[in-house]
Amino acid sequence: MMKRPKIKSIPYDDFKDNETFEKLVEELNAGGANVIVRKLDDLIDWGRSNSLWPLTFATSCCGIEFMAVCAARYDIARFGFEVTRNSPRQADVILVSGTITTKMAPVLKRLYDQMADPKYVVAIGGCSISGGPFTKSYHVVKGVDQVIPVDVYVPGCPPRPESFLYGMMQLQRKVKVENFFGTTNRKEKDPISRAEQREKDEIILSEEEKA
Amino acid sequence: METPENNKVNAPAGAAPAAGARPAAVRPAAPAAPAQPAKNLCEPKTVEPAALRKEMERLRRDEQMDFLECLTGMDWGEEGGLGVIYHLESTATGKRVALKTATTDREHPYLPTVSDLWDIANIYEREVYDFYGIIFTGHPDMRRIFMREDWVGFPFRKDSNPEKDNPLRMTNEPLTDLAPCYTLEADGTVRRSETPIFGEDDYVVNLGPQHPSTHGVLHFRIKLEGETIKKVDPILGYIHRGVEKLNESLTYPQTLALTDRLDYLGAMQNRHALCMCIEQAMGVEVSERVQYIRTIMDELQRIDSHILFFSCLCQDLGATTAFLYGFRDREKILDIFEETCGGRLILNYNTIGGVMADIHPNFVKRVKEFIPYMRHNIQEYFDVFINNVIFRNRAEGVGVLSKEQVISFGCTGGTGRASGWHNDVRKRMPYAMYGKVDFKEITRTEGDSFARCMIRMDEILESLNIIEQLIDNIPEGPFQEKMKPIIKVPEGTYYSAVEGSRGEFGVLLESRGDKFPYRLHYRSTGLPLVAVMDTACSGNMIADLITIGGTVDYVVPDIDR
Amino acid sequence: MFDFSIVSQWIHGLLTSVMPEWAAVLIECVLVALVIITLYAVFAIALIYFERKVCAFFQCRIGPNRVGKWGLLQVFADVFKMLTKEIINMRNSDRFLHNLAPFLVIVASMLTFSCLPWNKGAHILDFNVGVFFLLAASSIGVVGILLAGWSSNNKYSLIGAMRSGAQIISYELSIGMTMLTMIALTGTMQLSEIVQQQADYGWNICRGHIPAIIAFLVYLIAGNAECNRGPFDLPESESELTAGYHTEYSGMHFGFYYLAEYLNLFITAGIATAIFLGGWAPIYFPGLDGFNDVMAYIPGIVWFVGKTVVVVFLLMWMRWTFPRLRIDQILSLEWKYLVPISMLNLVLMALVVAFGVHF
Repeated sequence: MMKRPKIKSIPYDDFKDNETFEKLVEELNAGGANVIVRKLDDLIDWGRSNSLWPLTFATSCCGIEFMAVCAARYDIARFGFEVTRNSPRQADVILVSGTITTKMAPVLKRLYDQMADPKYVVAIGGCSISGGPFTKSYHVVKGVDQVIPVDVYVPGCPPRPESFLYGMMQLQRKVKVENFFGTTNRKEKDPISRAEQREKDEIILSEEEKA
Repeated sequence: METPENNKVNAPAGAAPAAGARPAAVRPAAPAAPAQPAKNLCEPKTVEPAALRKEMERLRRDEQMDFLECLTGMDWGEEGGLGVIYHLESTATGKRVALKTATTDREHPYLPTVSDLWDIANIYEREVYDFYGIIFTGHPDMRRIFMREDWVGFPFRKDSNPEKDNPLRMTNEPLTDLAPCYTLEADGTVRRSETPIFGEDDYVVNLGPQHPSTHGVLHFRIKLEGETIKKVDPILGYIHRGVEKLNESLTYPQTLALTDRLDYLGAMQNRHALCMCIEQAMGVEVSERVQYIRTIMDELQRIDSHILFFSCLCQDLGATTAFLYGFRDREKILDIFEETCGGRLILNYNTIGGVMADIHPNFVKRVKEFIPYMRHNIQEYFDVFINNVIFRNRAEGVGVLSKEQVISFGCTGGTGRASGWHNDVRKRMPYAMYGKVDFKEITRTEGDSFARCMIRMDEILESLNIIEQLIDNIPEGPFQEKMKPIIKVPEGTYYSAVEGSRGEFGVLLESRGDKFPYRLHYRSTGLPLVAVMDTACSGNMIADLITIGGTVDYVVPDIDR
Repeated sequence: MFDFSIVSQWIHGLLTSVMPEWAAVLIECVLVALVIITLYAVFAIALIYFERKVCAFFQCRIGPNRVGKWGLLQVFADVFKMLTKEIINMRNSDRFLHNLAPFLVIVASMLTFSCLPWNKGAHILDFNVGVFFLLAASSIGVVGILLAGWSSNNKYSLIGAMRSGAQIISYELSIGMTMLTMIALTGTMQLSEIVQQQADYGWNICRGHIPAIIAFLVYLIAGNAECNRGPFDLPESESELTAGYHTEYSGMHFGFYYLAEYLNLFITAGIATAIFLGGWAPIYFPGLDGFNDVMAYIPGIVWFVGKTVVVVFLLMWMRWTFPRLRIDQILSLEWKYLVPISMLNLVLMALVVAFGVHF
């Protein structure tokens, strides 16, 4: 059975990229799930998808458009996303709005690491999708997906507020098909084994001690 | 009034030689207009590095050249060497001078510093060091400013290949606490010494790079004593996109696209500056209609930017509701832009020789509706925020900058004018229609955060006045001059400036006659504003840093370029 | 006026008829605890929704309207999300204190919450030193905030916690002083007694006329500062300290702070209602008998909650209008203005009571 999470006031067919989405649903539902577990999952997904608190993160132009989205005319608060958190620990989604430079990349990675699971990334604007007009520059990361995993891409330079909202709705749909109980949570299993992770931690620790 | 070619045509595009035939395009001479060379060609006087110090000291002391307008690093290749172009101006007499100096030693390029003569030179020279590797002897703090400290090579040199040497590093950025200083000894050797920036026991707080009130990705290291700020050390480059270097491989029409993305709240003005610079360099004269449109658009953009300034200031000070009120009005301007340009923020409107499209049929009507609307709503800003006793207490007397300080730091725009410095490019070197319209240059004398805020509010009203004078009289004419398919600029060095939303936005163009610019440097409006933060904030509290940062009004991508 | 103690006595009687006294008391305690926790959660959620809507309307926006009818379920969604969100443990932080801090905050606010007189005969904690206990219990919260700042190993948190400590402890002085003023008027510290008096003789704010009104205004300002809400939201001032003392908290630990913030707002307003605005006592105009009878039919709990919500609205109005103060301004406001004013006010009230010029 295909699960078609509804978004109020936008019919299913009005979404542009449904193939990817349907594939995702199929993959997630491949194992099947217990009815109770599924219902619980639905409840949690409903909560999560309607409460995506964005991190206030803006590097350039798209950040101004994000402010416009929060403002009266477009009012992101209708979806319940207006609780922008300044601390990454409390945010659910990071809207990468603006160019990410090579100097900023480690900072962005760290911000992402600081966020608590479940966390989502929306790449807003040409710059964060591919480097945009600055793709030939020596100091610009060619797409933020080189640094952190991206859930939704919102093209534009900068995208109009409507595209922001559309992108956020796409993310909502994506969140709505997640499995929380039983199956792995959204992401593939971490390729790094525990031993490797421990080794890494030790390196970080020793570096910190040195510093 | 009629100016022979090589005399006082200080206004850009419209006032090219043929202007004589068209009375409307003639500017009345601005009072005490500086003697700018014809069009915008600047022929910098060459000074040997050895004689540079002396000449600079003479200019600073004897000729009162107290405003270092622009300091541009250059790479003139093997023969020309690595060098710097200085643009100086005297605020008293309005006289302007351009100098250049170069060293051919590419391995160890040394030039004497001028950072003790002009405060802003400190940060400009760090920029040049970062881009070209020119070491300024005697400079107290020769750190990199935009690149990471472990960056290999100097990206702006013509022979460098920065991407090969610098793969994406995901390690945490090293940050030194030592400021290297190179001093030239009497025997000609250079000695390196290091001074600590922060002491062992200092409580240093990092504000940024990701912080809600830095208006982008800016990083301040702040030394605190309790809540009192003792020192601010700005670290830039988190949004350094290498626009200037990128420009060197783009054709002229292509370079235009990037200007909008520098200071996205001054998109119109930035692009105006570059178009004007290229047009003047080529001797193209744009029609009067274009001049009118450009002027109106510039002023609309200025209002847009000042409203955003107000909104962000409210947001930073915790008055969220006022923030929303500002955005409500801003949307009206964006509607006007959108009808004509198709964009909301990145407008891509000016082109070389005109504008992208003629104004929308609704344009005049919409703008005329907007003027009374805005005049009415600005009163609301005063009611809800500016006249609030809490804001007054937080802003009055906070972050005072004296006139000498703003000149020495080159803080143009509202920040400079709040301290009593008459620096409006629209008055100093009128361009487009500014010579013809009647407007006041808003200045105040207090130099505190409140004055900086009020300057912007008054400028909104003044911009409305300018628009009101122009909007009914837009003459008929082509909106785009016929240009050759491939645009080439004659050899030479050109400098044009406009009054951006937050200060003088200058374009320095060096052409070798190709279809690509040899070097295209933007005088950032924001860099001096960040440089002055240490002076403005020291002795104030953390909360004041937010107020001051909000009122000096910088836009980070414009600083980093 | 309906007396709720009839219900509680009936339950007590019912339970003691089937089991020994101690077991009945135990069951009652558990019941009461459940009721408090449920009420606490419900009120917090309702207030969060209320604030988001109120702030939206102040700002010419619509506010949440897509989750459930008029966005009514919005906050439930937030709660579900927060419950399933990861709680991060950091290296180099004091893990025990870090985890303890949010509980201290929530316990303090629950204790204070239990002191509210909901209706005649419906109060959970009601001592003869009720006001005193209330002040003491609400002070525990600041320990939670200080611990949060200290244990997070984060400079912003530490600055936020220090600010919070300075601010809350200072403003407690004003609150204590205004309470004292009203105690001077009522002559008792028992909250139920204070409200009962008002039901009999009229609201305190009218009875105590000038000094009571001054005390009410001082209490509103100080109470707002106690809750760390704008314009006194320095400890978490977003634009300066990212999120202040709770910067490092995620998931439900942060949720506790979030809930406690709103509940403290309710408590502040509730105490203002109980002490100044007559608690559950209905509006009474001498002479208008028909009107008074109708008013008396409305249950006390509705009166109490209604008045409290009005005060909450006032506080929200303040928050969404004013910009934030600076730490030195906050402290000078307290020590230079509010404390002297409330001291003088106390003397004034003492004179009013001594000469019997109150109503």
